Amino acid sequence: MTLDILPLADAALDISRWQFALTTIYHFLFVPLTIGLAYTLAIMQTFWLRSGDEQWLRLTRFFGKLFLINFAIGVATGLVQEFQFGMNWSEYSRFVGDVFGAPLAMEGLMAFFLESTFIGLWVFGWNRLKPGFHLATIWLVAIGTTLSAYFILAANAWMQDPVGYELVNGKAQMTNIFAVLFNETALLAFFHTMAAAAVTAGFFVLGVSAFHMRRGQDVQAFGRSARLAAAIVVPATVLVMLIGDDFMRNMVNRQPMKVAAAEALYDTETKAGLSLFAVAPLEANPGETTVNVKIPYLLSVLATNSFDGEVIGINQLQAQYEQKYGPGDYVPPVGVVYWGFRGMVYIGGLLMVIALWAGYLAWKGKITTNRTFQKVAIWSIPLPFLANTAGWIYTEVGRQPWVVQGLQRTADGVTTAVPVWQMGAALGTFIAIYGILIIVEFWLLKRYAQRLPDPVRDEAERSEPVPAMSY
Amino acid sequence: MIDFQLDLQTFWFLALAFFWVGYLVLEGFDFGVGMLLPFLGKDDTDRRVIINTIGPHWDGNEVWIITAGAGTFAAFPEWYATLFSAYFLPLLLIVVSLVVRAVAFEYRGKHHTARWRGNWDKAIFVTSLLPALLWGVALSGLLHGVPIDGDKQFTGNFFDLVQPYALVGGLVTLTLCLLCGAVFLGMKTEDDLRERARTISQRLAPIAAGVLLVFALWTAWGVMDEVIPNLLLLIAATGAGGAVVLTTGRQNEGWTFLVVALTIAFAVFGLFVQLYPNVMVSSTAEANNLTIYNSSSGDYTLTVMTIVALLMLPIVLFYQAVTYYVFRARVGRAQFEGLGQAVGEVAEKLHVAEPHPPQARVDPPTE
Ligand code: HDD
Ligand code: HEM
Ligand code: HEM
Repeated sequence: MTLDILPLADAALDISRWQFALTTIYHFLFVPLTIGLAYTLAIMQTFWLRSGDEQWLRLTRFFGKLFLINFAIGVATGLVQEFQFGMNWSEYSRFVGDVFGAPLAMEGLMAFFLESTFIGLWVFGWNRLKPGFHLATIWLVAIGTTLSAYFILAANAWMQDPVGYELVNGKAQMTNIFAVLFNETALLAFFHTMAAAAVTAGFFVLGVSAFHMRRGQDVQAFGRSARLAAAIVVPATVLVMLIGDDFMRNMVNRQPMKVAAAEALYDTETKAGLSLFAVAPLEANPGETTVNVKIPYLLSVLATNSFDGEVIGINQLQAQYEQKYGPGDYVPPVGVVYWGFRGMVYIGGLLMVIALWAGYLAWKGKITTNRTFQKVAIWSIPLPFLANTAGWIYTEVGRQPWVVQGLQRTADGVTTAVPVWQMGAALGTFIAIYGILIIVEFWLLKRYAQRLPDPVRDEAERSEPVPAMSY
Repeated sequence: MIDFQLDLQTFWFLALAFFWVGYLVLEGFDFGVGMLLPFLGKDDTDRRVIINTIGPHWDGNEVWIITAGAGTFAAFPEWYATLFSAYFLPLLLIVVSLVVRAVAFEYRGKHHTARWRGNWDKAIFVTSLLPALLWGVALSGLLHGVPIDGDKQFTGNFFDLVQPYALVGGLVTLTLCLLCGAVFLGMKTEDDLRERARTISQRLAPIAAGVLLVFALWTAWGVMDEVIPNLLLLIAATGAGGAVVLTTGRQNEGWTFLVVALTIAFAVFGLFVQLYPNVMVSSTAEANNLTIYNSSSGDYTLTVMTIVALLMLPIVLFYQAVTYYVFRARVGRAQFEGLGQAVGEVAEKLHVAEPHPPQARVDPPTE
């Protein structure tokens, strides 16, 4: 299963996969920032209301604008996600709808209505709602984003680890909604992703604040947001790792092939070492590694919690699967999975170091003055986005050739009723529009991030009718 | 006669009809407002006023279609799969429109050149028009029928989707959205803009009523001759007639809006009742029709989803109603021309002109 567009025989499949991968990765660039920033804003606004300190108000409005620019694209691209299951993956939809549709519909009813209604109240309600109610609206938005993440991740976790269903007439039918919603894989994915969202937003706020502090602009306000960000990223980077480590042990049981591919471990080993760096011939499934630098024992420890735990290799798993599911290639593209995992973990390690540095400086009261750190903080803004993307590429590519682990192959999920040229046109359209939008979005974010927060005007301004962030 | 019994499938069919009614009434007026933007907005302040009438609402309105889509996926997976793959191209246009539209609202005010705003305004017009038209085409196509084989697979091509009947259906949603938007603007704005909105709603009402009447008659004699659903469509047409009367003379926009909203509701609901118990008619063979029974999920899933829907819908309706109540006031030009705004804009220009702000702005470091 390679990622190349040719041969044309499978064009519908390849086009749909590229479209899904591109649009989903794109959606997920914005989502973690939305989730994390929603909470950050809610905290800032709470601080303002509690302390009356106007710097927090300015910060809320400043980061609020950045939040809205980001939120708009998140909402817009989410819509595409919802539709493309039916458009490009209709055979998949027929097969899983009974189970997979439920969390999706719950997401609409419980999360999207909440988010989108209260975001309107928050944006336009600055001068119309009582302060306490206005504060509640942003907390409700934050809760909405969390519910939305939870339901969609539960849906995705069912694809990784199907539970609570039976097969009826060749289709999955739900037998237990609680098994689906409280699937261990779903809970791990949820907490790991929420921690990742906190990391993403934390580094965003830290970097933007550092930019202004480095220029000596508005240091009083940005010193506050930088310290808040430090207080977020220190626990969040640690949590993302701890939960990720737990996740890994869960994967060893649920999707051993993914773990084996992530380690490029071709043959079963006890006392397995954790691979740091590996080189192999450039193929989807090279069959061996030519260079593989390992830390002894560590993989066994991580995967099984013991020094001589057994970790099963790709070749053994392939043989097992052939027995179970019949002849076929059950190995995902090893290189992509291997480097996807490593990208996420290495960036995670780096982020933790930076976060601890930030925490130390904040504690010592030096975060406003340490120019080296500030430069590093600015340049680390993109890192969580890269880690998120790498993490998803690992998760989703590692599941191949299955779209639902053990139940349906990706190749069998694709729509057959749509002519290939239409799918091609769709992919082309998305590439064009998303390409333009990302440039506009980046430009706007940068512009608004580099501006100074509006000054707090006098009392008269409070009663002024202009909606603070209206169109 | 229709053979009606309230089982889980029927409940979910009605729930989806309800989502569609909610969607086309609510997003209906914001599509209308989007389409009228270039015609009613004489200058930038006008256009800001127009957009801000729907500012707090359009995102919440859009969720109705997301939920309708996801609800279809959960309750009738086969319907979802067949419909979305059959209508691939129209849905692509709709989805792309909604993507650009969402971004356009948010981004048009973020930069202060006429060209930037003009381009987003054009985008808002086009991306409001396309879905308003295409949703009608798709919905009436369900009833009129498209080629579907025994495996529930669409076997037609693009031209099977744009039948004359479906096109009239598209015109129905298009004109009703326009009318609804015009009346809404009359209700939410002041002075000059309000007058212009009233004039245009007066002109639009007869057109919308005419198109709807043609559609109702075509449906009754050409497509489906059931009594009750046709009665619903007739009520809708009467409502549109009522709107014609109400928009003339000294109109009360509140009542007119209610009548137009009910017109849309009856038209959409009528269409769904026509369809029942089918969800997609096959023009190939009647045996291939998708019905609520041969395309639904199992009873377990339907039960779970019924409980969730019954719990959540009242809450959602309540807080959405709260937003309409909070923002019930008219939006006037003064809000966008006031002193505060001028100060804000000057400050903004200063920042643009000066990446390094004046020394006076630098705050001393804390501690
Ligand atoms: C800031 C982002 C970030 C960081 C620093 C990490 N992760 Fe992660 N990880 C994600 C962001 C992420 C993610 C994008 O959110 C994923 C994709 C799927 C998911 O649920 O979360 C993910 C998935 C994911 C999975 C796969 C789940 C699956 O296959 O379904 C595992 C095993 C880990 N992570 C483990 C780790 C470990 C051991 C880390 C140690 C440093 C780590 N992650 C850091
Ligand atoms: C609930 C959430 C998700 C669902 C239901 C889902 C579903 C799918 C489906 C149906 C495919 C098969 C098509 C294909 O192989 O390309 C796929 C692949 C893929 N998805 Fe996801 N996905 C989800 C979340 C994500 C997220 C958030 C990302 C990234 C940010 C992502 C990235 C990918 C990638 C990169 C592939 C391509 C794998 C390959 O083609 O080998 N997915 N996913
Ligand atoms: C492939 C599966 C996915 C689908 C079908 C999907 C669907 C959607 C839709 C329709 C919206 C727009 C809601 C609105 O109009 O208010 C949206 C936004 C959102 N989605 Fe997704 N999504 C997917 C993946 C994900 C994942 C994996 C997460 C989180 C872990 C997520 C979290 C969110 C959040 C927090 C929002 C609201 C804020 C924002 O848009 O930035 N989504 N999604």
